[in-house]
Amino acid sequence: MQRARYFAVLLICLGLLSTCAKRVPQPRNQSNASTKTSNSITIKGSDTMVLLGQWWAENYQQAHPQLIVQVNGGGSGTGIAALLNGTTDITQSSRPLRDSERSAFRAKYNHELIELKVALDGLGIYVHESNPLNELTLAQVREIYAGRITDWQGVGGTPGKILLYSRENNSGTYEFFKEHVLEKEDFASRTQTLSGNAAVINAVSQDRGGIGYGGVAFAKGVKTLAIKRDSQSPAIPPSFEYVTSGAYPISRFLYWYLPNEPTGEVKKLVDWVLSQAGQNALQEIGFFPIGQIDHVATSN
Amino acid sequence: MWQRATSRQRKHVLEWLAEKAILATALVSILSILLIFYFVGRKALPVLTNEVIQQTANLTEFFTPNGTTPEGQSAFIWQPISERPKYSFIPLLIGTLKATIVAMLVSVPLALLAALYSTEYAPRQLREYIKPAIELLAGIPSVVLGFFALIVMATWLQKLFQFEMRLNAVVSGCALGLAIIPVVYTVAEDALSAVPRALREASFALGATRAQTLLRVILPAALPGIFAGIVLGFGRAVGETMIVLMASGNAAITSWNPADSIRTMSATVAAELAEVVYGSAHYHTLFALGALLFIITFILNSIGDWIVGSLNARLRGVRR
Repeated sequence: MQRARYFAVLLICLGLLSTCAKRVPQPRNQSNASTKTSNSITIKGSDTMVLLGQWWAENYQQAHPQLIVQVNGGGSGTGIAALLNGTTDITQSSRPLRDSERSAFRAKYNHELIELKVALDGLGIYVHESNPLNELTLAQVREIYAGRITDWQGVGGTPGKILLYSRENNSGTYEFFKEHVLEKEDFASRTQTLSGNAAVINAVSQDRGGIGYGGVAFAKGVKTLAIKRDSQSPAIPPSFEYVTSGAYPISRFLYWYLPNEPTGEVKKLVDWVLSQAGQNALQEIGFFPIGQIDHVATSN
Repeated sequence: MWQRATSRQRKHVLEWLAEKAILATALVSILSILLIFYFVGRKALPVLTNEVIQQTANLTEFFTPNGTTPEGQSAFIWQPISERPKYSFIPLLIGTLKATIVAMLVSVPLALLAALYSTEYAPRQLREYIKPAIELLAGIPSVVLGFFALIVMATWLQKLFQFEMRLNAVVSGCALGLAIIPVVYTVAEDALSAVPRALREASFALGATRAQTLLRVILPAALPGIFAGIVLGFGRAVGETMIVLMASGNAAITSWNPADSIRTMSATVAAELAEVVYGSAHYHTLFALGALLFIITFILNSIGDWIVGSLNARLRGVRR
């Protein structure tokens, strides 16, 4: 009897847990679109930008304690889907929307969505401070990370093995680098992957043959190389001036997408983010202000 | 009469409750193992059954060459984020094995000699310090050991051996070794001190020296326990995550060179699972990797158990 009872309890537990597990993946479908009337704003999208969004939200909420700003990640794609479904007020995206996504929005709502460039992200290429090299072309960086150039001699440096450092493949920086510098090629299998910007910089600062990449603002104790778009063009250092002007080749815009012309609390937040105060806030966490670039582009 | 009956009844009920409570606690541990096994298995299963997932992640992909090196040779590659995702388990298996072997080479001799010294040679007072000190090593959080390996040990070892890659199998193996020394030591020490006094005295009475007694009498008698300690340590080294995540370099290289960086199975799961797309081939592959890790440690522990059992039987003179 007792044995049977225990067995029954065990089975019930198993059953309960498996139903729980099944319920988890179902997306929440309740609409958050009504939030414009209440005192909360939902921001969804790019994982790279979660930190950025949270930073803005925190700074903004200090002055507006009555407002609740919710920032969620999930990836740019998730954010864009949420925008189409009307479940977010603001979508953060680390890439511009594709034409297919734009037309899907147009088909559903009969008007264009609002695109805002809210920040700039610059990637520096780090080497050890004792490395005599000062510049590389984009193609050379690609050859190095794809594993076809394995010695510094191959790019005009002093002979010695190149030690590759990269980020873990869940990082947005990894994806950006892979797409724009490696042009979607695979990293060489000898690439050591570390779990954060700080770890990459620490590793490169200790390895004479090391090379790494990451946010420009984080570079301490390593040398940041100037990058040439191709062998003819000038070498451009990732300084504040060149990243914000767009001359530095490894940089990208970060976007906010809104379903409508912003009004009320959302408009206030957007205005603040694009204001001097909001743009200064993002410098503290390693992103760049967009400067004098035209913010609004309702585009094609 | 009536009163005695109730008190006896009450006693009976209490006893029954106590017994069942203990049974329930025992069941909890068994149940949690079953649950873990069930869920990891369930999440890993799509790589064997789901056709969509199998297009990119299947057993052939996991265990046979699935890509080429820049020189054009076929190779085992782990590149889950790619135009064509590559999920070879081979570099991860080799990485795990390399770190574990280094860890065993470092920890087993140290732990065994320490156990021998503290049971056989150490003066009582010194022994009172050695044992807790080594056991305290087990209390160091692995993240601290990992950090120590990353910042300090890596630099020392690189200077000593002129490693090309600062973080490699040797560095992470040595740190892992530090983590499993207390495991091996504690079990081996218990086994050595459990050897009956009579055996020792008989050996001395026959005119054997201390070293002869140690090597020919005590060590063989304690062998099952020592072996159990080694197997336990091995299991811990295979599954240990934080140390290798921090100090191994995490490069999935298919080579047996201990000076190369490694990416272990456990570190791969830890690093990638948090951000993987739910339900994707990559997601289920990571669970398959976890299931494989589970199976490896399970088999190792079973083999260890079996060997310990048969050694014990042989010592008692029973044939199995």
